Amino acid sequence: MTKKVAIVGLGFSGFGTTTPDLSYREMIFEAATRCYEDAEGIHPQAIDSFVVSSEDFMEGISIADEYVPDQLGAVLKPVHSITGDSLQGLASAMMQIKTGQQSIVAASAFSKVSNLSHHEHLVSYATDPVYIRPFNENPYFIAGLEMNRYLHETGTTRDQCAKVVLKNRYNALKNPGAHYGARLELEDVTGAPALSYPLGIYDMSGHLDGAIVVLLASEERARELTDKPVWIKGIGWATDTPNLDSRIEGMGSAVYAKLASQQAYRMAGINNPFNEIDFAEIDDTFSYKELQHLEALGLCGPGEAGRLLELGCFGPDGDFPVNVSGGSLGAGYLHEANGLQRLMEVVLQLRGEAGPRQLLDVETGLAFAWRGVPTATGAAAVISTRP
Amino acid sequence: MMRKVAIVGAGMTKFVRRALETPKELSYQATRVTLDSCGLTLDDVDCIAHGTAPDAFDGLHQNGEYMVDGCGGWNKPTMRVYVGGGTGIHAVVHGWHHVASGLFDTCLVVCEEKMSSALPHAQAFFLTIFDSITERPLEPNLLWIFALEMNRYMERYGYTKEDMALVAVKNKQNGLKHPASQFSEEVTVEDVVNSEMMAYPVSRLDVSPVSDGAAAVLLASERVARRLTDKPVWIEGVGWSLDTAYWATRDLYYPRYTDTAARMAYDMAGIREPDKEIHVAEPYDPFDYKALHHLEGLQLSPRGKTVELLRDGHFDIDGNLPMCPSGGLLGVGNPIAAAGTMKVCELFWQLRGEADQRQVPGNPRRGVAQSWGDLMQVSSVVVVGN
Repeated sequence: MTKKVAIVGLGFSGFGTTTPDLSYREMIFEAATRCYEDAEGIHPQAIDSFVVSSEDFMEGISIADEYVPDQLGAVLKPVHSITGDSLQGLASAMMQIKTGQQSIVAASAFSKVSNLSHHEHLVSYATDPVYIRPFNENPYFIAGLEMNRYLHETGTTRDQCAKVVLKNRYNALKNPGAHYGARLELEDVTGAPALSYPLGIYDMSGHLDGAIVVLLASEERARELTDKPVWIKGIGWATDTPNLDSRIEGMGSAVYAKLASQQAYRMAGINNPFNEIDFAEIDDTFSYKELQHLEALGLCGPGEAGRLLELGCFGPDGDFPVNVSGGSLGAGYLHEANGLQRLMEVVLQLRGEAGPRQLLDVETGLAFAWRGVPTATGAAAVISTRP
Repeated sequence: MMRKVAIVGAGMTKFVRRALETPKELSYQATRVTLDSCGLTLDDVDCIAHGTAPDAFDGLHQNGEYMVDGCGGWNKPTMRVYVGGGTGIHAVVHGWHHVASGLFDTCLVVCEEKMSSALPHAQAFFLTIFDSITERPLEPNLLWIFALEMNRYMERYGYTKEDMALVAVKNKQNGLKHPASQFSEEVTVEDVVNSEMMAYPVSRLDVSPVSDGAAAVLLASERVARRLTDKPVWIEGVGWSLDTAYWATRDLYYPRYTDTAARMAYDMAGIREPDKEIHVAEPYDPFDYKALHHLEGLQLSPRGKTVELLRDGHFDIDGNLPMCPSGGLLGVGNPIAAAGTMKVCELFWQLRGEADQRQVPGNPRRGVAQSWGDLMQVSSVVVVGN
């Protein structure tokens, strides 16, 4: 007798590489106001609980949870922070509704990464303080190692990875919320300077500011709040070891993505994801990640993603469109809000509100997010127009 | 009909000023004893809910990711929750969400804190919790704002420093019987009042210490719990609430956030008269006045009458409503997130009659634990019963 949970409202604000006119609190206020307006103008007093995904170091505030309630209209309401990807925050919100204690829950996340002068310096604080940090390396070296291992294990080529960049940045040209849209040639990507061999500077997504708020409701309340609910059919999250030196299988294949998606598919009753899901928004923080994740998510066999990409399978007109929004490579990387950014596109597509990039006849979509280097945590959500 | 969730195992490390173990190792120890306490292994655990307070203590970005293998989360759904100082009890609420939602049958809740890595003192990191424009330039620390709150509370009801010190004396006395306690000596009211003044009216012994430690509980669905134990302790109510970040705009004499969180939990548990229906209470007591402040917010004592009841022995171990039989943060120690979970462990042991020398007489059947955090702003409340 598990309760069904719907997404009934969506609001966003501030997408830009810098947002000097908005503090992060103003950005969330704007996104929340739009989200509540989207759900029949619900008053925040009528919302039972609130979840935020954030990390202290990203905000330059210890206990960033303190500054959450006011801009969401959540003062003296149940509020908590998930220090994880915002799809994990979505899972927390969804679980609250499924317990029966709450009926309407808001999940939010934001990025104000433009406040950071050297993001990689901060990321190095996420690496092991004894074994890794003393090397004093740019932490993106981990992505270089992973990419090399992935190419070696699967026979995927450097050019195939570069083609992910071409596809996603081209897709982004049709997305007004995307900031890295471009028409690139293969040589632009492969000939660019290396960040960490074989990873080039164009293989990495650029930073983006922005805030996203979504409103979730139980089946009974969903009908009152919207006539276009989309349903969370399955959700899953998992973490591989944080130690690079013991991430043996996980270096080449994204074990966390496999585990997280298996949980989500099981819950959604999906046996063959490629056939039963129509399109996907999949983490592409780095170009190779999209291909690696496609394989780990069971959407194709190991080593097949690159070839299918070249055949056009994952393009907007292909059998299985992937990152029509432009993904992180095309739209920009929203850090903790990455998961909600992926989810947002899935919701817009399912509601038929995706404008010039609208896919035809889509019923079920998959959102998947990874937490970036050096983590091995991912979360997946299967969303459908059918309850 | 809500899905029933039980606590089936609990465990903790010793609380100490300076642990030699790393944060991961502390988590491992708490995880290990908790699994052993109910005869399970990690294979039986479906998911992990964990908590640790500011990342700054460990100097680690994405600290939750780093902690994963220490608390048994490798290749499992693992999610860290965070409400500042309230994290310890909130992680249990978070764990309850995992099981009560029907997504999982067992959930291991682990909270850890290692404050000693911050040299010379963890207090320095609290500067970064304040608003970067309006407050941080004043270089405040936590003791200052709690001194404001303590002063306001005392002034509102005409309480004295001696009244507040009674709580420190009582809790530290209780804590002497706790095998994991950081302390080994009794203190008197004179000791507390005459201890070094930190920020008036807060003296050194009004405050809980800086500690390292970890604590954990194992939650299970009814089906699994019945198979594991004859004495499950059910989670009957959960509630949490976060007040505005603009703490200077609030009247600090009454914790509204505790009030709303407690009412939410009592509502779920079907409790109408908490002072009569609850048999043992573990309010959050990082400062002595805070225990009284929170008892009022928890509706366990009429506002302004709490010191009277305290002096009458109402809150003693053999009183009508034993308060902090564990010793609380003042008596056992305050490794921030772990201290909250320790309170839930205590209720688990008290309700099962396993609290040894600290056992509250008369077979208590229902208990409440509460934690508090952020900018004097958040409360998480858990009501348990057998």
